[in-house]
Amino acid sequence: MPDQTPYIGRAMKRVEDPRLIKGIGTYVDDLRLPGLLHACILRSPYAHARIQRIDTTAAKAIPGVVGVFTGPEVNDSCGLVPCAAAIPDLKAPKHTVLASDRVYFVGHAVAVAVASDPYIARDAIDAIDVDYDPLPVVVNPEEAVKEGTPLTHPDLGTNVAFTHSVAGGSNIDDAFKRADRVIKHRLYHQRLTPMPIEPRGAVASYHAGEGTLTLWSSTQIPHLLRTLLPGMIGVAENKLRIVAPEVGGGFGAKLNVYAEEALVSHLAMRLNAPVKWIESRRENAASTIHGRDQIGEYEIAVKNDGTILGIKSRTIADLGAYNQLLTPMVPTLTGLVLTGCYRIPAVKIDIVGVYTNKMSTDAYRGAGRPEATYLIERLMDVIAREMGVDRLELRLKHFPAPTEFPFATSCGLTYDSGNYQGALTKAKQLAGWDQLLKERAAARAAGRLFGVGVSTYVEICAMGPSAAMPAGGWEWGCVRMEISGKVTVITGVSPHGQGQETSFAQIAADRLGVPIEDVVVLHGDTNVAHYGRDTYGSRGTAVGGTAIVMCIDKIVAKAKALAAHLLETTADHVEFANGTFSSPGVTNREIPWAELAGAAYIAKSLPAGFEPGLEASSFFEPSNFTFPFGTHICAVDVDRDTGHVAIKKYIAVDDCGPQINPLLVEGQVQGGIAHSIGQVLFEQTVYDENGQLLTGEFMDYAMPRASDIPEYVLGHTVTPSPVNPLGVKGVGEAGTIGSTPAIANAVLDALEPLGITHLDLPMTPERVWQAIKTRTAATV
Amino acid sequence: MYPANFDYKRPATVDEAVALLAQHGDAAKLLAGGHSLIPAMKLRLAQPKVVVDIGRISTLSYIREAGGKLAIGAMTTHQEIAASRLLQDKCPLLPETASHIGDVQVRNKGTIGGSLAHADPAADYPATILALDAEIEVAGPNGRRTIRAGDFFVDLLQTAIAANELITEIRVPVTAKTVAYVKTEQKASGFALAGVAAVISPSGVRVGVTGIAAKAYRATGVEQALKGQMTANAIALAATHAADGVEPLSDIHASAEYRAHLAQVNTRRALERAVSRG
Repeated sequence: MPDQTPYIGRAMKRVEDPRLIKGIGTYVDDLRLPGLLHACILRSPYAHARIQRIDTTAAKAIPGVVGVFTGPEVNDSCGLVPCAAAIPDLKAPKHTVLASDRVYFVGHAVAVAVASDPYIARDAIDAIDVDYDPLPVVVNPEEAVKEGTPLTHPDLGTNVAFTHSVAGGSNIDDAFKRADRVIKHRLYHQRLTPMPIEPRGAVASYHAGEGTLTLWSSTQIPHLLRTLLPGMIGVAENKLRIVAPEVGGGFGAKLNVYAEEALVSHLAMRLNAPVKWIESRRENAASTIHGRDQIGEYEIAVKNDGTILGIKSRTIADLGAYNQLLTPMVPTLTGLVLTGCYRIPAVKIDIVGVYTNKMSTDAYRGAGRPEATYLIERLMDVIAREMGVDRLELRLKHFPAPTEFPFATSCGLTYDSGNYQGALTKAKQLAGWDQLLKERAAARAAGRLFGVGVSTYVEICAMGPSAAMPAGGWEWGCVRMEISGKVTVITGVSPHGQGQETSFAQIAADRLGVPIEDVVVLHGDTNVAHYGRDTYGSRGTAVGGTAIVMCIDKIVAKAKALAAHLLETTADHVEFANGTFSSPGVTNREIPWAELAGAAYIAKSLPAGFEPGLEASSFFEPSNFTFPFGTHICAVDVDRDTGHVAIKKYIAVDDCGPQINPLLVEGQVQGGIAHSIGQVLFEQTVYDENGQLLTGEFMDYAMPRASDIPEYVLGHTVTPSPVNPLGVKGVGEAGTIGSTPAIANAVLDALEPLGITHLDLPMTPERVWQAIKTRTAATV
Repeated sequence: MYPANFDYKRPATVDEAVALLAQHGDAAKLLAGGHSLIPAMKLRLAQPKVVVDIGRISTLSYIREAGGKLAIGAMTTHQEIAASRLLQDKCPLLPETASHIGDVQVRNKGTIGGSLAHADPAADYPATILALDAEIEVAGPNGRRTIRAGDFFVDLLQTAIAANELITEIRVPVTAKTVAYVKTEQKASGFALAGVAAVISPSGVRVGVTGIAAKAYRATGVEQALKGQMTANAIALAATHAADGVEPLSDIHASAEYRAHLAQVNTRRALERAVSRG
């Protein structure tokens, strides 16, 4: 008999961890196949150039080199790299697997060498001779939209990929006519490099006899890859097996179909040998998607009492050179939650997507929601300051009441459930808000720069209803009660750090009344998890977990029918509790799972028409997104002499609905905040005026480290979602979404006594110091 | 990620190492802790034909007091220096500096000789070596010779060591506790954007600065301006000379202006801290 305490809600350590900590997990690079060949890719050192000539003769002559291939030799056999975003009138360049006659960004794949070992493949790359004719380079998206500037893709005739305009709510012009004040602001969300600890990698193996291909890839989306790869390599979906083994972090960077996945597949077929490609860190920085890079200009119509009547925004999104899977869709997500957790009656959103000679931007942790939240939460502070109202009062004034949910926003979404006041109140309590303000007053009196920042956020999770998704937003699951009474859970989501091997086992163990040790959760192999839409957009538990619950419900119903037969009663007289079927009042007999499963599979005595076995699969189609929310509060000290920002206190109250495993929730929130500490204080992807990437490795790209992370005070409120039976919302990105503005607002609050009202991200020590210097006498 | 082909030699003695350098000339590179050479080789920025690994020359790893000075073998790791009771007691600036280098893994492998020979303009030791007026002993075909710290750093990644020589020992003086190393890190790499080492002794003040310019330097302007005055005002005033006469580097991590400013701030802070330890 298992412990009666439910597993759901327990802070359990992850069952995934021991193998990862011991170094006995299997990542793509750990795969060793007989006859494995190694691919290495030659990448462009130029941001924009015409390829005059490529000579691979010397490279091919190196002993151990099996083949060297250029764009013209490969592109005809591989389809274009897909973009799944449905953007009307999108002007898109042809995204071939290798560059054809031009390169469009530093890191653009030009040729591939395949050899018997990776050292020789690398030698071969050095021996390829390419003549480049450099062309004018486009790096600044604001310049790129002007007439007469150079073109990223001359054949498109413009740098503008698309324009997207949405107006929502009441009439925006009326809102601005009624305004007492119009406040204008400009905000830049800098380009970031996701930098998962494991770079990308792929191994392809072709079975010529069967015509089947297996691709192991460090991806978040094995199922979407299985859907999209056939169009590139000509192997049918049902002859294609995709395996995402251990994946060392994704953060959206592996929510993509990359040229290299098609390339190694093609090479494995072409050479009839398994081929491995493992990305180097430099390649990862240059040739795996970047995030953010949106410039926004805003106008806000307000009344004298701070009431917000409407917002107009104009965003320029730097897409980079090509559309990856969701590239042009990400800035439109920004528009979806621009009103944050506020009642803002009118919005007008204009987005211009622009091509530049850089790596593509795409979904990076939060994808659009961090951008939107940063904007609205900075603007709330700007409005509060400009209109002389309290920043918390301003926020409270615009919150919908908890009774107003489901709440329709002027951006066109319907927020499922919420109690924004509750989260704000709790965060204030945990932070000791009034005390913090006293500390600030004392610090200011002593000449110290101490600031307190707040952000209240709502975000979009559980992606999502299929109607709103590019390729289906349902999720699939399968649960099998094995003959032994052990439970196998198979999910179509593809966890790569989220911990669903643990949290789904908690759900299954509770619902089936079995010990958690008896549950195994399988994922990430399309031959095992036959269908799925994978892991992104904080969808795993809310959508994938629900599919598991549906399977369990089916199994329990079927088991009850069999139990009724065995107990010689009817199903409505069968009780199921703690993994045991009984019929009190009818018989004292109790049937545990192992006995029942044995009966179901051995099948000697089944009711008439009863199918043997105890297995169920389900597709769950959510009716809406979920909308987690919360309040983050941050206190910082700014060093006047150096501009260095030190986070003194960090409080986060997040509401993701009921928590399956609070330890996993806390881990997600902590990691998310760490991402934002990097983004606000030091991280940035830098290209110079020639399109050269200056942050191509960890020597130059500043990642947050353990010593940058303060001790967090984490709290939560629980507002269930009506969208799924677990009531869960999702928490994978909330930390990042809520914290960027909280930290930025704290820094600017610290600098307020000096009259500093704005700083671009990242607020590096030098940027802060320069701002201080212009407003104070230089001090040493 | 994958270096070019190279031969690997592992001498057991200094004489063998010197002989290998003589034999292979410019084609050879010495491998000490490997924290500069190996990353450069993996990126193929360095492609030595012969790597001479001096990591197993056991006679190059020691910390001892000799002749009124402290002698440190070139292959002594940063961690050994940071943890040395002898140094903490008699030359605390060196362990303080070593504790600022990289992280624990780097400090466990990286060596003082390797770091000095590489002469990265943003390494930590150079500031301290200059402020301590240390001596660097090198071995070559003609035996051993000593280079004064002030003569050691020639330019960006260039030292007074000849191609056929290797560092064998670093000698530093016994000092009082009135020393300090104050560093602002380059956020990505952890190297010094501005590292200032200060030594206050009865005979005067010495200030070494790293990270600011193409090579580390003695802030003689600061030393002269102090004229033995160690009041807060005198220190603040003197610190304004911390970047006098140098051409600060400028890159995405810090402008020349900010580097010069950090040199001044950290000089003041290092001097204040050193004074406070008296």
